[in-house]
Amino acid sequence: MTTDTATEAAALAPAPPSTPAPTHMTQPATQPPQPQPRAQQKRQPQPQPRTKPRRHGTARLVAVIVALSLALIATVVFSLGIGQYSLSPTEVIGVLLQGVGIDNSWAPSTSTAHAVLLEIRLPRIVLGLLVGAALAAAGVLMQAIFGNPLADAAVVGVSSGAALGAAASLSLGLVTFGIWTTPLWAFIGGLVAVFTVYGISRSGGKTEVVTLLLTGIAVNAIAGAGLGFMTFLGDSSSREQIVFWQLGSLNGALWQNIALITPLVLCGLLVSLLVSKRLDLFALGERTARHLGVRVEVLRIVVIVTVALLVCAAVAFAGIIAFVGLVVPHLMRMIIGPAHLPLMITSILGGALLLAGADLIARTAVPMADLPIGMITAVVGGPFFLWLLVRTRRTSGGWG
Amino acid sequence: MLQAHSVTVIPDRAQAPILTDASISVRPGELHALLGPNGAGKSTLFGVLAGDIAPTRGEVTLNGTPLSAHKPKDLARVRGVLLQQNTVTFPFTAREVVAMGRVPWARTPEEDDDDDAIDEAMAKTDVLALADRTVTSLSGGERARVALARVLAQRTRLLLLDEPTAALDLRHHEEVLQIARAEADNGAAVAVVLHDLDAALAVADHVTLLARGHVVAQGPAREVLTADRIEEVYGQAVDVLSHPSTGDPIIVPRRAARRRLAAAPGR
Repeated sequence: MTTDTATEAAALAPAPPSTPAPTHMTQPATQPPQPQPRAQQKRQPQPQPRTKPRRHGTARLVAVIVALSLALIATVVFSLGIGQYSLSPTEVIGVLLQGVGIDNSWAPSTSTAHAVLLEIRLPRIVLGLLVGAALAAAGVLMQAIFGNPLADAAVVGVSSGAALGAAASLSLGLVTFGIWTTPLWAFIGGLVAVFTVYGISRSGGKTEVVTLLLTGIAVNAIAGAGLGFMTFLGDSSSREQIVFWQLGSLNGALWQNIALITPLVLCGLLVSLLVSKRLDLFALGERTARHLGVRVEVLRIVVIVTVALLVCAAVAFAGIIAFVGLVVPHLMRMIIGPAHLPLMITSILGGALLLAGADLIARTAVPMADLPIGMITAVVGGPFFLWLLVRTRRTSGGWG
Repeated sequence: MLQAHSVTVIPDRAQAPILTDASISVRPGELHALLGPNGAGKSTLFGVLAGDIAPTRGEVTLNGTPLSAHKPKDLARVRGVLLQQNTVTFPFTAREVVAMGRVPWARTPEEDDDDDAIDEAMAKTDVLALADRTVTSLSGGERARVALARVLAQRTRLLLLDEPTAALDLRHHEEVLQIARAEADNGAAVAVVLHDLDAALAVADHVTLLARGHVVAQGPAREVLTADRIEEVYGQAVDVLSHPSTGDPIIVPRRAARRRLAAAPGR
């Protein structure tokens, strides 16, 4: 036995010079002599090629980002051209270029084209992009701090909380903060909801899937009751608005509303990107994240407030659009892996793309009708959710 | 290097302390084993040393300054902590997980050593072959070794390991003990929670034996781990024998001879 291991070690010893000096081979030499030579020989690492960080990972990431961006641009241009008053892609680009002050020959000369494009379709699409990006980013953030791949703003009730806040401001006729009133109340509602869910469903730095979903059901129920009460209290116009919120719709997007939420969304996305790298360490659990130098408590608060900010911006003028934060990060994780910075970048693009596509369907699926976009995303997201459940049960015996 | 001074821990809404007046000193170049039966307070003392549990009385100092006065990031460059629970929520690859141990060194000159540190740690813990596997697909023992590699990749002067050998097979159990020993021999201060008294005898310089929240004995392993004391603390009679070839002490629980089984074929 002893001689066998010794010859094996001797046979392994000449290997390093022939291979391009992997660093770990020098390792045993730096260790002091052991009292038990047998044990030391056994510990001699096998000569294996040095593991490289996966290079193709970056190439794949770039490819995914480029593909998503191209798909996004194509969808937006196509979507701008389609409708009752239809325009070719070149005409669309012409009008857009003219809109930013570049004169060109592609733009049609009629003023109707400009009005339809710049005042009706463009704000709607821009709102869709902002909402999609915000919801997807919020999904990534929540999944990271809950340590749970099923966290989504709508599923856990943050969206309903924000909608309740917004509805309350409307039904009760609050005008305290001028045009900021609705987004602000949506923010407060969302913040209360996310803190409630976080406070109740977590224990010991982890969230059981079942607890999270049940908490979500309860929060959704409470917010639903509140929304019902607000519907009862409100006048007919605010009632219509509340129903609208519950379904989720990009109809009625106005530039002034977009101007209001754009800074909120951009600010939220910026913070999301900045904290992404640290979110990786949350996957090891909060104690370990702290041992690796993360200020867990601070990061947690920053992330929760950012989630509330993103969700309130999304809900304030578009209502509850479910499943974006669930579907998009999941798909991206399958393609590029779980590291949060690439995941965040691709999810933001993917969320924007998903809503641009869903909006296109909502506007064109039924002629002369504008379907609520929340319905479209739910039609896609519901089955996706079911598929996830089935897949997880097959591969790892289901969730807690 | 790391010292606990008369630390007492009384959990919220509990009257009785789960750790009373424990003092311990983990010094560079020494492997210090924390021993004791289940519920003796090992994990609590470990949590206090790691800074996860704030002691009700007493304090923990690192190089003379209270632990709480150190910034999390600075602490992460001085001490690595391996917990018992090492679940990873998302399907990161083993290499990605080990690379997380290098995060405290981001934007420092040491960042250049990242790849070396990762490879070296993975070679030591024998997980190079698992580098591209997702940790969620690994067995408990493999995951434990990846977690240890993550801590080693951190390259700190102080290591706190909570039952690093718990889920491991015979060979890896032995290897991990030798890794801890080698770190101490290289000048690191190492504190390890262990269940295996033989392992403590084999590798530890110093042991702290806990029972019911109190430090029962402290000192060199062979002096502390006597047959009488082990029986008193664990409630299990043992014999301390000496190894037939090396002469090192071995602890064997006293058991009734298996006569019935041996006699069975004869009947």
